[in-house]
Amino acid sequence: MTELLLDIKNLSVSLPTDRGLLNAVRGVDLEIARGHTLCLVGESGCGKSLTAMALMGLLPRYASVTCDRFDMAGQDLTHNPQSKLSQLRGRDVAMIFQDPTSSLNPTLTIGRQLTEGVMRSERLDRSAADARAIEMLDRVGISNPAARLTQYPHAFSGGQRQRIMIASALMGRPRLLIADEPTTALDVTIQAQILRLLGELQSDLGLSMLLITHDLGVVAAIATDVAVMYAGRIAELAPANELFRAPLHPYTQGLLRAIPVPGVTKRGSQLPAIPGRVPGLIGTMHGCAFRDRCELASEECASSPVPRYAHGSDGFVECFMAAPGEALQ
Amino acid sequence: MVSFILRRLFVAFCVCVTVSAISFALMFLSGDPAIAIAGAGGRAQDAEAIRIAYGFDRPLLIQYLDWVGNALTGDFGQSIYFNIPVTEIIGNRFGVTLKLGVMSFLLALVVAVPLGVAAALRPNGWIDRAALVLAVTGQAIPSFWLGLMAIVVFGVWYGWVPISGAETWQGYILPVIVLSYYAMPAMMRITRSGMIDVLATDYIRAARAKGLPMTTVIYRHALRNAVLPLVSLAAVQLGLLLSGSIVIESVFALNGLGRLAWESLLRSDLPVVQAIILILSLLYVALTTCADILNAILDPRLRGAA
Repeated sequence: MTELLLDIKNLSVSLPTDRGLLNAVRGVDLEIARGHTLCLVGESGCGKSLTAMALMGLLPRYASVTCDRFDMAGQDLTHNPQSKLSQLRGRDVAMIFQDPTSSLNPTLTIGRQLTEGVMRSERLDRSAADARAIEMLDRVGISNPAARLTQYPHAFSGGQRQRIMIASALMGRPRLLIADEPTTALDVTIQAQILRLLGELQSDLGLSMLLITHDLGVVAAIATDVAVMYAGRIAELAPANELFRAPLHPYTQGLLRAIPVPGVTKRGSQLPAIPGRVPGLIGTMHGCAFRDRCELASEECASSPVPRYAHGSDGFVECFMAAPGEALQ
Repeated sequence: MVSFILRRLFVAFCVCVTVSAISFALMFLSGDPAIAIAGAGGRAQDAEAIRIAYGFDRPLLIQYLDWVGNALTGDFGQSIYFNIPVTEIIGNRFGVTLKLGVMSFLLALVVAVPLGVAAALRPNGWIDRAALVLAVTGQAIPSFWLGLMAIVVFGVWYGWVPISGAETWQGYILPVIVLSYYAMPAMMRITRSGMIDVLATDYIRAARAKGLPMTTVIYRHALRNAVLPLVSLAAVQLGLLLSGSIVIESVFALNGLGRLAWESLLRSDLPVVQAIILILSLLYVALTTCADILNAILDPRLRGAA
């Protein structure tokens, strides 16, 4: 039995709106083993970021979060998570965000922003904290790190700022790193560099990582396991190689078909898109959320609950039509 | 940073020169000052004598340089009405306005910033609503009415404070409260809106993700960014308060700069009016320059800009 850095069961997040309760995350189950990278993929608005924010306890006060099990970095957070999370944040669990240009405080020096967390949580003095900041900046590939501690964020480029954000996340020597679309705001060459850096850090430091993205190219480059999220639920979870080789859920299949393959996809031909739109998330939902867009859908798909089938060793798929093995529940 | 301050000081100097030229020109705005001084019944030879006595017969540029040179040494000439040095008159009056203005400003600031922060932490919460009521009433109730009511209630009925005058420090209590109540709402609202904007930014979320406690996030990360617009507003508010409130000074019978300016206008005491305008304009220039420098200290991005 490998150690699980993250084990959540039936995580739900709902937000009050003028038109009723918006159930943005509806019963998500995720597990991340030590040293593994789980990629959470799905289109905008499917609840990926809200899931990550719920894990970090960073949702606004009006959001309601429920969970049957919430184990993270060896701590049971199922009950009264907020007080325990404030101990975990920035230490065992760290997070990096989508837009590095707005994630650093423009009025504080880099050195201050890197060191303030550990100076508090580990009671390091200024010179020890600075030494670690220099080590981490060097680790993420910022040249001449000692001199740059006194500089402000506007002196750095977008890619450098994301490196600084990563260094900042590493300051507390975390075991689990949550990265919410860390490359989306960067241009393509920088994206590749940041991904390579994350991969290196992961293997060097034995980090576990939850990487949120809507870019399947990123997934192929870095993931151990992939969770495909649709309308607030995990539609399919599988080891990355199995998911790319034999996707079971019609939504996953549609996503993979929509990736252009150099040499195979004809120039000027239209990529196959998934027709229709994401269903509204207000109120309760019956049956499969994907059925209105699914070419395999039958009347059965409107009934609840959607059966869950095993997929490979640890994975699962939730679909009436994909029946690869025995039903899990 | 040094080059930023030098550039800012150069701009301030240019503004000062312009302002002094405009205040000097005010003397000639209402026609021939010699005739104005001689009065309605003055004869032509009286006006001529005055013209020579005051030096109005010299070229304008010489008169201007002479006036600026004297002003730099603190000599603004004689008051036409009192026939004593303008500097002496203003010196007697400015102390009252300075005390009233600075105290009102500090009181307004001490109320506005914590209240604005508290309101921003829970928008539409009860603190926010109470602060909004305070802000709206502060801006809607005329100062003279509030001042009179305060005198009636606390000066006449209860007798806690003197009803007028600045002979004792108690005499400042009511005018300071009334004036700060007038100045506070704008500063409170700008703190609140600045804070709400900043609290929604990614770097606040990132600071929380680092495990910093909420108080550190609010006071180290958020407030520093949220007060940037407040600094600029506060400089203008302080200038406004230091230029003397004619209404408050009249209601509370304080012999401050506001009343002096008003009375001197009625008496056509032009050297006094001219000196007050110049001094207040320079005060504004100094305050806004200080605000710009303070903002550049708070926000490094501003240091590159002129």
